[in-house]
Amino acid sequence: MTAAAPPRASISVRNARDPVLVCAAIVIGWQLLHELAGDVAITAPLPTLSHLLHMVGQARFLPHLGETAMAFGQALAISWIGGVVIGLLLGGHKLTGEVAEPVLVTLYSLPKVTLYPVILLLFGLGMQAKVAFGAFHGIIPVALFTLNAVRNVPAAQLRAGRAMRLSGVQQARHILLPAALPEVFAGLRLGFSLTLLGTMLGELFASQRGLGFLLMKAIDLHDVETILAIAVLISAFAVSANMALLAVDRRLRRGAAPAGHGA
Amino acid sequence: MRTAAAFATPVTPASAAAPAPHARLEGVTRVYPARSGGDEVHALGPISFDLRQGEFFSVVGPSGCGKSTLLDVLSGLAKPTEGTVTFEGAPVDGKVPDGVGVVFQEDASFPWLSVEDNVAFGLRRAGTDAAETRRRVEFAIGFMGLRDFRRAYPSQLSGGMRQRVCIARTLVMQPRLILLDEPFGALDQQTRLLMGDELLRLWRETGATVMLITHALDEANLLSDRIGVMSARPGRFIEVVETGWDRERDSSLAERSEFGAVTSRLWSLLRGESLRAMGQGQAAEKRA
Ligand SMILES: Nc1ncnc2c1ncn2[C@@H]1O[C@H](COP(=O)(O)OP(=O)(O)OP(=O)(O)O)[C@@H](O)[C@H]1O
Ligand SMILES: [Mg+2]
Repeated sequence: MTAAAPPRASISVRNARDPVLVCAAIVIGWQLLHELAGDVAITAPLPTLSHLLHMVGQARFLPHLGETAMAFGQALAISWIGGVVIGLLLGGHKLTGEVAEPVLVTLYSLPKVTLYPVILLLFGLGMQAKVAFGAFHGIIPVALFTLNAVRNVPAAQLRAGRAMRLSGVQQARHILLPAALPEVFAGLRLGFSLTLLGTMLGELFASQRGLGFLLMKAIDLHDVETILAIAVLISAFAVSANMALLAVDRRLRRGAAPAGHGA
Repeated sequence: MRTAAAFATPVTPASAAAPAPHARLEGVTRVYPARSGGDEVHALGPISFDLRQGEFFSVVGPSGCGKSTLLDVLSGLAKPTEGTVTFEGAPVDGKVPDGVGVVFQEDASFPWLSVEDNVAFGLRRAGTDAAETRRRVEFAIGFMGLRDFRRAYPSQLSGGMRQRVCIARTLVMQPRLILLDEPFGALDQQTRLLMGDELLRLWRETGATVMLITHALDEANLLSDRIGVMSARPGRFIEVVETGWDRERDSSLAERSEFGAVTSRLWSLLRGESLRAMGQGQAAEKRA
């Protein structure tokens, strides 16, 4: 059946079109705000972008970028791997999962910024504190999504596996994993955004290096152009990473969604 | 004409003296343990009966009487609380034995796999070689009328088609005992009749033993050598009705006068039980 394969071309056009529209809208809005507020508050898009290019070209800038990338990379690895492992362990055992879920939800609902001083005391000023704070934001949602993904695998599918005499490993690899994957991945996507948020927050306070530090310094100096340039840089990263993750998401859900849902 | 030769399995010949049963239940019961705020549920038995080698056996009974529980226990998916289950002479003990195929009442198709891959699933896990897998999958897909949908995903199919995918997925394993739990529940009457004829043909050509759970009395009548009529919960066979139909039968049977007699017999056995089952439900509601 030809209709079984969603028309790829139209989806990729759509994938590209939406973010382009969003970017265009942002640039237009930005220009308007600039017209209203003037250079003191918001510099115009074009000069800001050229400032960004200039900044990125400077040797001084790269260590800061590297620091942030390093902190975020480590925090993300902890959030994703740790979250999935915790979720699998809790989801695999019914009772533990039922007890742990409300605890995790409560823990997650704490305003985490208020705990930052504690983290600073624990980890000291620097890389480790940022990583810890970033991971703290991301790991719980990833664990919760994974927990529910495992729990929501339809019993009939697992029974079908047993009826086909699958071994425990085959059952995990060929039924549990693919059945849970789309929801686990949704958790990874959310975990990505939240870990980025956590890492940036960690850098804004009490740090000596990184993009967050540059941002704070720019605020002190009232260097609007730099503030906006860094904001653009981080946003561009977040948006493009999210697009990539969404594309993977769509592929994973290929089977689960009705035909032509992307049109 | 299509043939089910691809499914043909060497059936262990029954010993000449006393034909050994293909599967046997002895004093089997199943009690679900009490959940928070509820009583334990005595769902099944005690039941003792033999499935004869190569017969087509149907189970009818009021809703909630324990039919699916019977299938779970017989297949080895669930352990009986008491009693023993034997398949081809060996005890069934908390594992589905080789040679038993199950089609569930609920949709159990894998949404992440295409129809083809769903059907091939069991063979691939069992390490069957690719050419043989392709041959059997091809046949089963054609047999179940899914040829045009081989690359579709379950979400793109109707409920009845998904159930057919599950039947095909079980058939490719060439089971010697096939357990089907209301597989045609989601089909319209006409398709049901046609699928029934196909199932009969498959049964004849493979020599497999079939146990079919159904709520349609005329379907049970048409397809079966014997029909087990179950009581309200806890399910027991109140009677096993022998139909005496030829092996070469099809839906044209329904025009014969003996056919009507069997259906009326089933209904008269079930009427009282169904009323009792409804009563149980209402009593449970009042308590809650
Ligand atoms: N996992 C379970 N835990 C507790 N009780 C259960 C469980 N599964 C089934 N039961 C109870 O056991 C009884 C028999 O259930 P079963 O599913 O075997 O009925 P059934 O004859 O297949 O019904 P239907 O025709 O509606 O499919 C029901 O009263 C049901 O509530
Ligand atoms: Mg049932």
